[in-house]
Amino acid sequence: MAEYKTPYAGIAGWFDQRMPTVMAEYRKHLSEYYAPKNFNIWYIFGGLAITVLAIQIITGIFLVMNYKPDANLAFASVEYIMRDVPGGWFIRYMHSTGASFFFIVVYLHMFRGLMYGSYRAPRELVWIFGCLIFLCLMGEAFFGYLLPWGQMSYWGAQVIVNLFGAIPLIGPDLAVFIRGDYVIGDATLNRFFAFHVIAIPLVLIGLVVAHILALHDVGSNNPDGIEIKKNLDANGKPLDGIPFHPYYTVHDIFWLTIFLMVFFFVVFFAPEMGGYFLEWNNFIPADSLTTPSHIAPVWYFTPFYSILRATTEQFMVVLAIGTIALSALILLTVRSPIVRGAIAVGTLVLLLGYFTLDAKFWGVVLMGASVMIFIALPWLDHSPAKSMRYRPTWHFWLLITWVVAFVVLGYFGTQPPSAAGQYISMIGTVIYFGFFALMPWWSRMGTFKPVPDRVTFHPH
Amino acid sequence: MKKIITRLVVALGLFGAAGGALAAGAAVPIEHWPAERGRSFGALQNGARLFANYCMGCHSANLVRWNRLEQIGLDEKQIKEFLIFGNQKVGDTMRIAMTPADAKVWFGKAPPDLSVITRARTSFDFAGTDYIYTLLRGYYRDSSAPTGWNNIAFPGIGMPHIFWDRQGPREATLVQTHRHADPKTGHASFVQTTTVFDVNGNATKTETELKGPATEGLSYTFRPLDPQQARQFDSDAADLVAFLAFITDPSQTARKRIGVWVLVFLAFFSVIAWRLNSVYWKNIK
Repeated sequence: MAEYKTPYAGIAGWFDQRMPTVMAEYRKHLSEYYAPKNFNIWYIFGGLAITVLAIQIITGIFLVMNYKPDANLAFASVEYIMRDVPGGWFIRYMHSTGASFFFIVVYLHMFRGLMYGSYRAPRELVWIFGCLIFLCLMGEAFFGYLLPWGQMSYWGAQVIVNLFGAIPLIGPDLAVFIRGDYVIGDATLNRFFAFHVIAIPLVLIGLVVAHILALHDVGSNNPDGIEIKKNLDANGKPLDGIPFHPYYTVHDIFWLTIFLMVFFFVVFFAPEMGGYFLEWNNFIPADSLTTPSHIAPVWYFTPFYSILRATTEQFMVVLAIGTIALSALILLTVRSPIVRGAIAVGTLVLLLGYFTLDAKFWGVVLMGASVMIFIALPWLDHSPAKSMRYRPTWHFWLLITWVVAFVVLGYFGTQPPSAAGQYISMIGTVIYFGFFALMPWWSRMGTFKPVPDRVTFHPH
Repeated sequence: MKKIITRLVVALGLFGAAGGALAAGAAVPIEHWPAERGRSFGALQNGARLFANYCMGCHSANLVRWNRLEQIGLDEKQIKEFLIFGNQKVGDTMRIAMTPADAKVWFGKAPPDLSVITRARTSFDFAGTDYIYTLLRGYYRDSSAPTGWNNIAFPGIGMPHIFWDRQGPREATLVQTHRHADPKTGHASFVQTTTVFDVNGNATKTETELKGPATEGLSYTFRPLDPQQARQFDSDAADLVAFLAFITDPSQTARKRIGVWVLVFLAFFSVIAWRLNSVYWKNIK
């Protein structure tokens, strides 16, 4: 094999001669990664998510230096960090604010995907890795929330771990196995600490790498939902593509400064964010003998928590009607006898289950399903156009209705149970699942606008 | 793009209005703590003095070091001489001699540590500072209570009124309005129960039926025998709350001061980043 001769000069050349991988990867992922030139503001959130991940990891390292994962010391050690460790309050508020901002950024990032069909072929794997990142993020947030060892940490963990107790047969034993004790205790705190600082972050970083590698193999989607690789120039470069570096790096740096202004405004002026980012009750040390009158998870979990709470005995009837209607729709529209048979049997099993097993169990199932259902999206959407720009306008309004349902569910999840909240949460749950369950049908309906060959771009 | 954002804002606005309409108010009117006390060293130091002299008989502030009070303008010598009664060092935390086990036997429930109390007592309905300000000024004599004291913000409170001598005797009038449905006719009316507690805590109750609808709830008035002394105590209570708010989050002042500079820097930097971005994107047609 001929000896490799580096085209680079200076330090880059020295490295390239000895380790060509570095410059090759730099070209592949930055200087020669061609991104569509028509990205809009919705495309900044991926980069921001990476930034928040970095903030969480770096502040997390410094927090671990002073935090004590011990039921007797944990609460005081967090306050010690905030009071006696130089700059400790800054590190801690960045970490607690970062947790909430991670979800804000990821929710906006996912909304972008929903709006422009970024999950559609050939990007299914990019989307699935993304969904797994979201799952990991939820796990990371849940485990981390126990660590300050306040009342909400304690009782929030108690409620969520007890959910596993609703699983038939193995449930109660499983809950004890997860806690390592009959109640949330020191053993639980220690294992949650291990998951929060090493296990989940490792998986999370691996998934982020997979997400980006998969994306760079197929190329980015864009607001028009057009494949820029279909229009290449003489050199085989996409006509509507521009190198990620420097164009999108300078672009992202600008939006990063705007994002940081919002982020640091919260860190310095409103770290509790009115009780939504740091819950007031969590400033009371964990007490296994005093149950708070109202236990609510942090805001980013509340849409899913509302779905859990909406699933009562009463709601099982709605669920049964929904299941029957959906299977009837499938039986009417699908020809394959195998699918029809499977659906018929599946429906009967579900209906039997709805009225024999506890409603709480189905609440847990629905809550799990509400998070996992995103993974199925690439196969649920049959729209001829990827982007909402070229789909019927009512498709967009349907998406907005779903977003409103998500936000309303989130709001009622933060509130104490009420009769009105209960009914609204039930309606929200129906909209939430109806949007996905009926998507194979509604996504084909309506008048689609013609999709242009080239992206729409207005020079700055 | 703009269209989408406007649509979202409209949708969220509608939802916010619906949510606000469903929210319920607090049971007792919570009074506003004068927040400017938190920015005055004089008030904070007076609060520290009251805290060490009165509260620390039973309440600790285990997460706060004595020398943290240097932040409110006290020096080590003053802290040692005027505030620390035992043999603690200025680097120690504000502990008390009473053990939680003893406290539980004596009071039924150990008095809570007050290190983060104004945050812990905050809720979506009111700020912890306002609640404690109302609580401290909400005591009235009630001969039926075990300690002889009751509280408007915390009915049946276990803590007696430790500032009674500073506040002076007061007469309390509690007006409770509630809906009353006649069990036979089903006819609903509003009834107002007025309870007057004299300075010795003896209650006199009068009931009046209201004509027409009213709002359910509790209102109260206090009539101090010495209004000037009571006003002085209101001021002391505000100072004490200022101190409690300070120890809850001692980084607050530094945080806000640094925050301004961080935002100024980022605003400046964002202009540079914006111009840099424009220079690069000029070539993209």
